[in-house]
Amino acid sequence: MSHTANPAGSGDDKTRRDFLLIASAGMGVVGTALAVWPFIDSMNPAKDVMALAVVEVDLSPVAVGQAITVVWRGKPVFVRHRTPEDIEQARAVNVASLRDPEADEDRVIKPEWLVQIGICTHLGCIPKGQKPSDPKGDYNGWFCVCHGSHYDTAGRIRKGPAPLNLPVPQYAFLDDTTIQIGEE
Amino acid sequence: MKTLIRIGTAAILATGLSLGGTAAQAAGGHGGPELKHPSWTFDGLFGHYNEDQLKRGWEVYSNVCASCHGLEYMHYRNLKGLGYTEDEVEAIAASFEIEDGPDEWGEMFTRPATVVDPIKEPYENDALAKLANGGAVPPNLSVMTRARDHGPDYVYSLMLGYEAGVPEWVHEEDPEFSVPPGKSFNNYFPGYAISMPQQLFPGIMEYSDGTEATPEQMAKDVVTFLQWAAEPELEKRKDLGRYVLVFLIVFTGVLYAYKREIWKNAH
Amino acid sequence: MSSTPSPVWSNPAIKWVDRRMPIFSLMHKELIVYPTPRNLNYWWNFGSLAGIALVILIFSGIFLAMHYVPHEDMAFASVERLMREVNSGWLIRFIHMNTVSLFFLCVYIHIFRGMYYGSYKAPRELLWIIGVIIYFVMVGTAFLGYVLPWGQMSFWAATVITSLVTPIPLVGEELAIWLWGGFGVNNATLQRFFSLHYLLPMVIFALVFLHLWALHTTKSNNPLGVDVKKKADTLPFHPYYTMKDAFGLGVALVVLSYFIFFNPNYFNHSINYVMADPMVTPEHIVPEWYFLPFYAILRAIPDKLGGVVLMFLSILIWMALPWLDRSRVRSGKFRPVFKWFFWVWVADFVLLTWLGAMPAEGTYVTMGQWATAYYFAHFVVILPLLGWFEKTKPVPESISAAVTAGHDKEAAA
Repeated sequence: MSHTANPAGSGDDKTRRDFLLIASAGMGVVGTALAVWPFIDSMNPAKDVMALAVVEVDLSPVAVGQAITVVWRGKPVFVRHRTPEDIEQARAVNVASLRDPEADEDRVIKPEWLVQIGICTHLGCIPKGQKPSDPKGDYNGWFCVCHGSHYDTAGRIRKGPAPLNLPVPQYAFLDDTTIQIGEE
Repeated sequence: MKTLIRIGTAAILATGLSLGGTAAQAAGGHGGPELKHPSWTFDGLFGHYNEDQLKRGWEVYSNVCASCHGLEYMHYRNLKGLGYTEDEVEAIAASFEIEDGPDEWGEMFTRPATVVDPIKEPYENDALAKLANGGAVPPNLSVMTRARDHGPDYVYSLMLGYEAGVPEWVHEEDPEFSVPPGKSFNNYFPGYAISMPQQLFPGIMEYSDGTEATPEQMAKDVVTFLQWAAEPELEKRKDLGRYVLVFLIVFTGVLYAYKREIWKNAH
Repeated sequence: MSSTPSPVWSNPAIKWVDRRMPIFSLMHKELIVYPTPRNLNYWWNFGSLAGIALVILIFSGIFLAMHYVPHEDMAFASVERLMREVNSGWLIRFIHMNTVSLFFLCVYIHIFRGMYYGSYKAPRELLWIIGVIIYFVMVGTAFLGYVLPWGQMSFWAATVITSLVTPIPLVGEELAIWLWGGFGVNNATLQRFFSLHYLLPMVIFALVFLHLWALHTTKSNNPLGVDVKKKADTLPFHPYYTMKDAFGLGVALVVLSYFIFFNPNYFNHSINYVMADPMVTPEHIVPEWYFLPFYAILRAIPDKLGGVVLMFLSILIWMALPWLDRSRVRSGKFRPVFKWFFWVWVADFVLLTWLGAMPAEGTYVTMGQWATAYYFAHFVVILPLLGWFEKTKPVPESISAAVTAGHDKEAAA
């Protein structure tokens, strides 16, 4: 808002005054912004939450063909020890024909271990397919019972309303049978 | 100038009012020795912690204090703040067995602690702590230096404040005074009879960095560690505080200049 | 008083809103051109400063509430978690804790300034009364907030203060049980205190608007206590007083930051870092510094009910000031005898503050009784009598006349 309450001074006075106005306003704006940052930052995950954001999983008890579900950052992570047939099936597909084209090689670090976040990319349900008795869908992977999305043995969407493949979290092998999910 | 004097008066009034509060805390009616006040690295405008000293303090805590006193609200991962590496902290954590569970058979089991686990408490509950310590629960140490007036000086003095007999000045205050069985005399403990026996003697432990473990050295190191446990934010707080103060003082100066400039024509 | 025409807004969006709801015109009138006496001194800074402290408190409090758990088993630990685990949690808590002291300090100076310059006199009685109500709600809010960390002092302050209702005849005991939601301070008490501690600042905020409304109706008093008579007596609020207030805010923030960053627990009691234990009372129960004078008055009276009544009266009596002070002259500047008694009363108030922190024994009790007696005598005896007997000095005709006279004096010297 402009206004002219100040009686006009000489030219020098005006320069001095303008400088002081800009300096005060500038420091005020910068100071306020800096002061607000800690408050905004306090809403980010706290240190204890971050400390639990990385989990180590021991894979040694998981036999070929079995799957386990681990909780990571409050979400289910599907880890499947794939059979050679699973891998073969996943790699036999023409990648370009997929809805969300992604090669199986790009979704795994070691072919026998598939690690992915078990949340359907359609509307957030948890697909079936982890337990031996579960329906695995038309492609022997996972099947989301909410709206009928079918995922293949690489966790890629093949049929149904979901738009994307099951996401692969960031993980690394610490040794042959231990993975760490989440970055450190 | 007059206005500055007035602001000064306001500030003095403020301090005067607040001193009332602290005076009450200091008044304890104590005829004994004054609290010892060694020089602390964490005091003052440029206060900070020394990592070597913090590590020594942790060694004193784990060798001497930890068998009875816990560090509630703290986790093994916090020990990285002492200057230990990730691997060292993992090793420290793994040396403790903690209870976890129930497993898939409904049983509790023990496992080595990991960095994200809380630092293990010496007793499972207060009742056990009481039973093991003649009816007194050893207090949690993670907030100790904040939870006592002049906390660091007090804990330091207390650790070194044991006397074999009852000193003369106590009997001048109260001729009937005697230390009940199972308690020890301490110059600085309120009521002088403390449940914790003297802990720091020459030669009870050795520092891994080769520093000579005299009682004074151990007391100073462990208090520094406890101060860090109570105020882990201290270094960050003071670092930030110095920037904030400089910024605000300059800002206030600019505001004053601008205010004067504006008011020049109004007088 | 000069009436100010609404400005013509050039920005079409502002124009559109302003025609339908003249909020910009209102802000222009009350915050920009508002005619303010030209002779306000720095004691007039503390009202707006208190307002800013309130905003800082509400703002930081909203963020604290995101991490706080109002449960007897978790409250203390949630505060520790806030200080250790939450990003900048320690900073937000220390800002909140220390700004309370700044708020009370500003409000006390603001009240004393009003007393010295007769700001409560007609036509500003309602403005003054709303101010006293704000102070009352502040006291309640600060007390409720102090209970939330659930330390030893929190718990025992809650116990002592809620027990103040027990001497009330017939219903006292039931009232206490109702306040507690149990048979002593317990989890239910903590939860309702948290709820109310979040509510009352909003009430204060609303009351501040009434306070400002009344202020802008009667216009500001000034150190001379004479009414504004012509345009030359005033200056537009902006930029003259906005900048003066901004400078004062800068000074206040420097002091506040020193405490936040270098002495954050200075106004706190160390024993409040020991978790509440209903089985152990701390040796010295001392309220926060801003409650000490009233605590001294409470303890000065050997009778339980009498002490409580007197404590509340000691604040309520401020509301009657416009009628207790019979002098026709507003400002203490022209009241040679009042001026003297005013400072004696302030000294008495500081003495009560000091006494409130002392143990209730021996000479402290006697001193407390005399100081309490003087506190009330000032209002019910000295002020009414001064109105009759005091010979006041001549009051200048107008603000601008006094300012010009002052300049002449300076020029002569």
